Parts: sequence; structure tokens; C-alpha cells
Amino acid sequence: MFYRDAGALKTSYAQDAALFPLAFDRRAMIALVLVAGVVVPLVASDYWLGSILLPFLILSLAAIGLNIVTGYAGQLSLGSAAFMAVGAYAALNLVARVPALPFPLSLALAGLIAGLVSALFGLLSLRIRGFYVAVATLAAQFFIEWLCTHVPWLLLDNHSGVVSTPTLGWLGFEVASIPARYVTALIIVAGLAVLAMNLVRSELGRAWMAVRDHETAAELTGVDTVRAKLSAFAVSGFYCGVAGALWSFLYIGTIEIEAFSLHRSFQILFMIIIGGLGSVMGSFLGAAFIVLLPVAITNGAAVFGSAIKPDVIANLELMIFGALIVGFLILEPHGLARLVSHAKARLRRWPLRY
Amino acid sequence: MKLHQVGMLALACAMVAPAPARAEGGTAMEQFMPIAIYRTGPYAPGGSGIYGAYEDYLTLLNQRDGGVNGVKLVPEECETGYQPDRMIECYERQKGKGPTGAAAFTPSGTGGVYALIDRMTADKIPSVTIGYGRTDSSDGRVFPYFFPLISNYWSENTATIRFIGEKEGGMEKLKGKKIANVVMDFAAGRETQPILDAQAKRYGFEVTTFPIAPPGLDQRAVWLQVRQYKPDWVLFRGWGAATPTGLKEAARAGIARDRIIGWWWSGSEEDVTPAGAAAKGFITSQFHATGANYPVFEDIKKYVYAKGLGNVEENRIGSVYYVRGVLHGATITEAMRTAMKKFGNKPLTGDQVRWGLEHLTMTPERIKELGLEGLMPAISVTCADHEGGGAIRFQQWDGEKWVMISDWIKPDHELVRPMIEASAAKYAQEKNITPRDCAKED
Repeated sequence: MFYRDAGALKTSYAQDAALFPLAFDRRAMIALVLVAGVVVPLVASDYWLGSILLPFLILSLAAIGLNIVTGYAGQLSLGSAAFMAVGAYAALNLVARVPALPFPLSLALAGLIAGLVSALFGLLSLRIRGFYVAVATLAAQFFIEWLCTHVPWLLLDNHSGVVSTPTLGWLGFEVASIPARYVTALIIVAGLAVLAMNLVRSELGRAWMAVRDHETAAELTGVDTVRAKLSAFAVSGFYCGVAGALWSFLYIGTIEIEAFSLHRSFQILFMIIIGGLGSVMGSFLGAAFIVLLPVAITNGAAVFGSAIKPDVIANLELMIFGALIVGFLILEPHGLARLVSHAKARLRRWPLRY
Repeated sequence: MKLHQVGMLALACAMVAPAPARAEGGTAMEQFMPIAIYRTGPYAPGGSGIYGAYEDYLTLLNQRDGGVNGVKLVPEECETGYQPDRMIECYERQKGKGPTGAAAFTPSGTGGVYALIDRMTADKIPSVTIGYGRTDSSDGRVFPYFFPLISNYWSENTATIRFIGEKEGGMEKLKGKKIANVVMDFAAGRETQPILDAQAKRYGFEVTTFPIAPPGLDQRAVWLQVRQYKPDWVLFRGWGAATPTGLKEAARAGIARDRIIGWWWSGSEEDVTPAGAAAKGFITSQFHATGANYPVFEDIKKYVYAKGLGNVEENRIGSVYYVRGVLHGATITEAMRTAMKKFGNKPLTGDQVRWGLEHLTMTPERIKELGLEGLMPAISVTCADHEGGGAIRFQQWDGEKWVMISDWIKPDHELVRPMIEASAAKYAQEKNITPRDCAKED
């Protein structure tokens, strides 16, 4: 009825290639970004901004990164937390040792370094395929953890293994208050998400998908598989690296390797499986699911007050969470993103059924 | 695309909609006490024991004395799973509850302490950690809101070296001795390196470090290297399952267990029981005594567990982790009592509790009144010294229980304090903090 593509005539190539061809989509997207960027920081409490929305945004970015290499290019990676660590440690060294650099540049450079390291481990994917690539990225996870704990220089020669991050600042503006941190993260994540949406429908993105769907066929039809795989690892590493730097500098305020353990890699992998492989929007949905659900369960249980014993609540959280993951995957194996696109298709026909 | 995003928002809203919209007012004579706990995950035995006991102690005060000077304590748990990011969420959720906000927060885990330094300092809420935390935050001039009470890792380490000296028959006998330092390769494990180096130089012993990769479930190669090194003493900083694993490998490599000295995070019943006979003779440091035969535990059984208000299994009362939780409760509530002498018998703000902590003196007489005699050392905290000058005891596992084998040993504060001050000063410089002048504090 109100949501339809009939009548949306395209009169130029630019319109045809637009990210959101439907006017409704476009307007809703602009409204969403305005709400998230202006209204939310004014209305939401520091608790919501600083400890729910901020980690959600940052982990969404990491999930986009993993989705690029795993969801789009088909290379299963278990090293996303390690590449986050590379980004965080690189950003720390850039910010602390080269204070002249403006922080957006430091973050970008940290992302590039993480991308480079990721591409280096991506080289292994040229010789091995399938699950063996996952093992190679697992090696990256262990190697980088080992490196970060054994080279004190990387942690500014700090003996305790934990460093408090310096406050980011540029042109007299300090990213210290919680709304400032949230808005900074939002700008970076929104910008990189738009970039990712464009990347995956570019020639490069199509090459990734070709490699994912059938590598031999892709090679025979002229896709440069070496370039496609390495670029997927590099871009994925860049996204994870920036996410790692944001996690350390804007969210937890410290750098230590335990924040980037294998546990985190799996967490990000679950995000994209639940959210939807091969979907930028699915990365956001999956991150929302994984970050918000445990908080929602514990807060929800608090409504019952002392009727439920706290030790039961603590374990109930894990049980409900696990059951929901299993339930979702049975009902919709393609993830939350597929549910949304079903809903969209129905909305187009609404109020008719077929 | 918009519907994608709308859907996401709708999902987000739907999932968090049940967040409690409870009235937080309460009556005026209530003090909110947040309890960050980890009942799940690999370290759950420690988390449930320590913070469950902390809650038990607060419940005891409510049931027996009607709270602290007539102010009822309102504890509320928040599950962290030992993850710093979850800890931040808990802290932010709980810090403003109750009429005056949180009295104090106990970040469960050293990683959590580091992650909360900026936030808690800005909110003026004190952090109390006993037996862990950031060592150099013992310098209260730079870290006004952080209290690693009773003892820190560096103090513990100097007491351990003194204990070895006692066993050898004098500190001068340490010359030429070889000490193997077997550590878990994480922050708290590696933290004693500088203090060990300093002591090695002073006493003329030799120290070599053998790192174990966390979680430390395969340690055979490490202990074979240790045997090749032929150490006179072995210092072992294991955590969780790494402790019994290490003891078993040490037994297999033929290293005498009564020459292995663990830190206090290897010193619980849960740490040695799985190793069976291999643990017999193992020595660890301890900053408190253990056992259920103390008046405070009898009161807890009578006023808390008999009424069905307990938070952990009753048979854990008096175990190592349980004692540590009770000590958290005792020091924080005593600090509140101290603060109430100045600010009146009413709920306190975090900053007032901070004042109370900085003027906290627990004399042996007071400790006896609290039913804690022999359980903890006397402490006296000041604005500059946030540690309180605790002492260390050593205990040995006899195959069934921990037996105390030393008196309270004073750490070498003359060696530790300058190093803490130097480390804190470096932090102050990095963060542009001007250390407080404690002479001007009231």
C-alpha cells in the first residue's frame, strides 16, 4: 500500500545505482540516522548510551568485518578478535607515540595495519580451503595473543599487561564524555557500514561472492581469486581493527589481551550466524541479539524481584540465551536478516495476501 | 533498507522493554549496596564464594543489628561472568540506585578494576578489592577512589621472600639461592617481576621466570624445564584449573611440593583437592585465616542460613573464598561506620564512604568485637596508603585441609612503597593527574 516500488521511475544511472532506490527506504534511513545521532544522545541516559548502545555499535562493526570475509567471501575465520587486538594495540602505539596525529587518522592507520596482518594470514587461504582456513585463522588468534603478551614494547613497556588508554582528542575537542564517545562511534560505524554496503555490490564484492559460491567456477569465468580472497581478508581486518581500537579507547578504556580472546572471536561468529551471513544489516541484528539479550534477561528477571533466587537467574540467563539461539536457527537458518526481508516482502503486498 | 533498520530497532526495543521501571526511591534510611558477582563461567567457584559471602555478611548485619547504625543495607546482585565489559554494564546500571547511590563497588576481577578507573573516579564511588586489583593504586594520592585493601601482590611477594629467608635461617642465607618463578601468563601473574628483580639484586639470589600460557591445562614442558633449572624454591602463580594441573606435573617431574610456594589465588580448597596426593605439602601465602570456627560464621549460620536467606551452599562457610567475601563486607561496613561518625547516621554517598575508608582503622579489639579475631590482620588506611598495612601468613595443605605454618609476616614496605609511588607517579603523568596533597585533606 504505502510501501511499494511501483511508480518509482528511475531517470538516470545514478538513481538506478542508488543504495536505497525506494524513496521510502531513503527517508526512513535518514530519519533513523538522525534519531540515532541527535535524539538518542539527548534523550537516553548514560547507562543506555555508554554500556548498551556503545558496545552494540562497536561489535556491529566487528561483525561487519567478519561478515565480509566469512559471509561474502566464504572464508571461515576464527581470528576476528585477534585482528581487533592488532587494531587496538596499533592505535595505542600510534596515539601514545605519535601524539601529533589526529585521532581519526590514527584509527584509520590502526585499521590499515590490522588489514595488512589479516591479509598476511589470508595468504594461507590461497593454498588451503574450507575448514583448514579456519584452522589457519585460529593460528592467527593464538599467535597474536602470544605476541601481544610477549613483546612489552607493544604495550608501552608496561609490566602488568594492562594499559589505560589515553583520551582521544582533536582540534580541542575531547572524546571523554559518554555522549561524545557514542556519537564518535556512531559516525565511524555508520560511515563504514555505508562503505561496506557499497563495497559488497561493487565488482570486488561480486568477486567475493563468486569465490564463496564456487571457487573453481569463479576462476574459470575470469575472477581473480587471489585478489578476491586477499582483499576480503584485508578489508575484514580493517573493519575488525577499527572495531578493536574503538572497543579499547571508547568502551572499556583499557588495553589488555584478555578482551580479545578466542571467546570474543566466537561471539562475533555467532553474531553473523544469527544475524545473517552475507548481510550488512544482519551484522547489526546479530550484534543486537548477542549484546542486548543477556542484559534484557537479567533486567527482566529483576522485575520478579526476590521471587527468583539470584543464582538461578545467573544460570537462567545462559539457558534462555542458548534456547533462543537454537530456536532461531531452527526457525530461520538464514538468520534474522532473512526474517526482515520476508517481512519486507509481505509489506509490499499488504493488505493483500499474495 | 529502512525496514531492516526499523526491524532492528523494534527487536532491540522488544528485547529490552522488560527492563525494570521500579521506583528507586525507597525509604530514606536505606543504603544501596551493588554486588558484582560471577556465578557462571570458568571462575564461578571464586565469584560465587567471594561475592555471595559479601552479601551474606550484609544480610547478617540487617538481620542481627538492623543494618549499620540503623541504616538498612540493600544489596543487589549483578552477574558479570568475569568479563570486564559486562562489569561496566553492571556498574553503570547500579551506580545511581538507592537514595544516595552506590556506597562502594567491588569490581570483581583485576581487568574490571582497570576498566572502571576513569568512570568510578568521575562518579566519586570507591572501589574496594581485597587480594587483587591494581597494585599501584595503593598510592591514594593518585587513585583517591581505589582501595586494594589488606595487601597487594608486591607486598605479598616481599613477605614470601621473607618467609623463604626464615626457612633458610636468615635473609643473608638467600645469597646464591635459585628461585624459579612459575607464572600464569596474564597481568596478575606477571605483575611481581619488577619486585622480584629488585629483591634478587638486594639479597643476591637468582630468579628465572617460567610463563604458562592461560588457561594452563598443559604444563608438562614447563615443569621439566623447572626441574632442569634445579631451583631451591619455586614460586607458583596459578589460577583456576592451572593450580592442580601444575601440582600434578610438578609431582611427576619430581619437584618437592613443600618447596613450592603459591600465591593466595592458589590457596583455596578448590585449588588443591583436584590434584589429590600431588598437592600434599604445597604452601601458599594467605592474607587471612580459614575455618568455620569463628564467631562471625556462627552468627551467619544462625541469622542468615537458619532463616533461608543464604546465598551460597552452607557447607562453604569458612572456606577460603567465603572468608574473603566476609572481609569485603566487614571492611566496607566498618568504613561506613567511620564515615557516619562524621556525616551522621544516614545513608552515605560514595564520596563519604571514600572518606570513611581513608580513616578506617580496624584494631585487634574491634576485629574481636566483629567476631573476626584471628581471621584478618589489623589494618589502618590513610589518604596516602590505601593498602592499610596488612600482613601475610603461610599455609600448607596436609592432604585434607590448610594448616597455618607461620605467624603474620610483615611485607617489606620500605622496598614496596617507593616502587608503588614511582609507578603511580608515572600513571599520573600519563593521565595528567595532579596527585592530592594528603596533608590538606581533612
